[in-house]
Amino acid sequence: MFNHDRTRRHAGATFTALALGAALVLTGCAAGGNGGGDDAGDGGDANLAITFLPKNLGNPYFDTSNAGGEEAIEEFGGTFAEVGPSEASPTSQVTFIQTAAQQGVGGLVVSANDPEAICDALNEARDAGVKVVTFDSDTNAECRDLFINQATAEGIAKSQIDLISEQIGDEGQIAILSASANATNQNAWIELMEEELAANHPNIELVETVYGDDDDQTSFDKTAALLQTYPDLKGIISPTTVGIAAAARYLSTSEYKGQVALTGLGTPNQMREYVEDGTVTAFALWNPADLGYLAAYATKALIEGEITGEEGDSFEAGKLGEYEVGADGVVLLGDPFVFNADNIGDFDF
Amino acid sequence: MTTTAPETQTVRTYKAHAHPAWRRVLVTREAAVIALLVIVIATAIASVPNFDSPLTVTYLLRDLAPILLIALPMTLIIITEEIDLSVASIVGLTSVMTGILTQAGWPFAIAAITAILVGTVAGFINGFLVTVVGLPSLAVTIGTLALFRGIAVGLLGTTAITEFPEYWTDLAKDNIPGTPIPGIMVPFAVLAIAFALVLHFTPFGRSLYAIGLNKEAAAFSGIDVGRTKFLLFMVSGTVSGFAGVYFTLLYSNARGDNATGMELSVIAAVLLGGVSIFGGRGALHGVIAGVLLIGTLGSALRLAGVTSDIINVITGVLLVLSVVSASFLAWLRSRRISAIGRKKGRSSTAPEPI
Repeated sequence: MFNHDRTRRHAGATFTALALGAALVLTGCAAGGNGGGDDAGDGGDANLAITFLPKNLGNPYFDTSNAGGEEAIEEFGGTFAEVGPSEASPTSQVTFIQTAAQQGVGGLVVSANDPEAICDALNEARDAGVKVVTFDSDTNAECRDLFINQATAEGIAKSQIDLISEQIGDEGQIAILSASANATNQNAWIELMEEELAANHPNIELVETVYGDDDDQTSFDKTAALLQTYPDLKGIISPTTVGIAAAARYLSTSEYKGQVALTGLGTPNQMREYVEDGTVTAFALWNPADLGYLAAYATKALIEGEITGEEGDSFEAGKLGEYEVGADGVVLLGDPFVFNADNIGDFDF
Repeated sequence: MTTTAPETQTVRTYKAHAHPAWRRVLVTREAAVIALLVIVIATAIASVPNFDSPLTVTYLLRDLAPILLIALPMTLIIITEEIDLSVASIVGLTSVMTGILTQAGWPFAIAAITAILVGTVAGFINGFLVTVVGLPSLAVTIGTLALFRGIAVGLLGTTAITEFPEYWTDLAKDNIPGTPIPGIMVPFAVLAIAFALVLHFTPFGRSLYAIGLNKEAAAFSGIDVGRTKFLLFMVSGTVSGFAGVYFTLLYSNARGDNATGMELSVIAAVLLGGVSIFGGRGALHGVIAGVLLIGTLGSALRLAGVTSDIINVITGVLLVLSVVSASFLAWLRSRRISAIGRKKGRSSTAPEPI
């Protein structure tokens, strides 16, 4: 019996070997064909093959940003590629960075899953001549040439306060529904919002900051509790995508719909129905398509040697106009983008 | 543990020697995996651009090193018909321990050794629950998979420790001077040779096969089944701990969720390498080839621009095909054998493989 075991396994493995060899030959040939096309298509001497590496694939946010990058790369005649892990784990991007270095691409545009874990891989790629630009989520500054920052904390805080003050007539009680009590970015924003309120909106009173822990049900319950505790509450700011959606869901089915203003950071797909039914007038976020577009142009400028990533360098970014590199190699996309009933139909992420 | 009667079940022991030596070496599952590996490498060199650069070897071996390391004790455990699903969680736990102790000011070498000992203790817990308490290893290690991961994430939360002495991180990443082969392959080679010698050339190693094939028979022939398994789980924990320290240095990153899901990569490679999940069968060279096969295939396909989802599909199909085709051909053969058996009464002159 064991003898048969041995031979059948051999035959089985041989069969698999053949199938697999065939698969590899096919894909290999296809890729070889593409590679040839790339070289011919480049034309110029600069290697404008740019690879986008999002946190993970199949994420509508990155689909939007990478589409923006592809649009830009088509404009300037480079080659766009998109690779990425299926899960956003800290080290899963390393193999893709290594692959890009092996392929000798001109530039790599990365949204880092971890600021440190991919650092060495990025530096190895840079040693191999690849220009590295991070967007959306940065690594340590010494591991990349440029970071395309979607928004500054000041910009976010100011946009949130501007939106709420506009919606409640610059007067009355507001509350903040945050993520978790120790989320660094949330706390930085909240602090800046408090400063902005104190400086420019003396008639708005921030009565409480509650924490929904980025959990849908907790955020929902906290919203309900807020509205009961403060009957005169006029507005809620939720600078977290989970929080604003949960709060909108509560408001849309409650008596407070239309009475209590809600704004914050949200994505169009989550917020569409609440904007359409009037629960939410406007909310903010950056435009991921512009982010990818700018990242692609910045990478091109690096590859062509137009900029080196020094503070004060400036480059042209197609339809977005001219940008300047700030301290630590950071390029700021601009003020947060405000989504409202007029423009929400243009976005799908 | 053997008899000479060809009709009894133990005929399997003698079957291997019913063929000439060349055939025993070449017509095996291990040889098939190695052949497949060679085919994949040759095809990739011929048709995938950039595959033939020294960087490929460096990156591939560096990233595969933790899987290669853990596959060694995993092979031994699966040969005894047990399984250890908690290895990746031990990697995560020891990674976090390395980070916390280094951050607390311990010299790195001491921190690393302590972390490896934590791995040993984790293995001890697995071994204790499996052998002394007598629970099935599948259930125990599913439990400790969650337990160790939970402790690791609980200790560090969502933060990461990223400051490690440069001397050690360079040591983990540097190549053997003058070659594209990463330095981690030196300890791996030492361990691989040690494991191979123990498994294939010592009474202890043979006893693992005996346990895997029939643990009652093994116990009655004087093998301390419990102690043997206990030892294997502790070795598994220790090697996973070592892999955890290496993983931490490689990515300069101690996090609770490091190496999540790696246990499946290890087990998949071990099974592809010809180790029977039912125990009692397998060899280390097949397992090493299995790890390299999955890794090389992934690397080549990524270079060819295939997305990670498709690579997972291809790897999965490869595994399933290797199991299914084996079972299907076994069924075919068993029909033929029973026909021959009715005529001749024995099957030692079995025909060539179908």
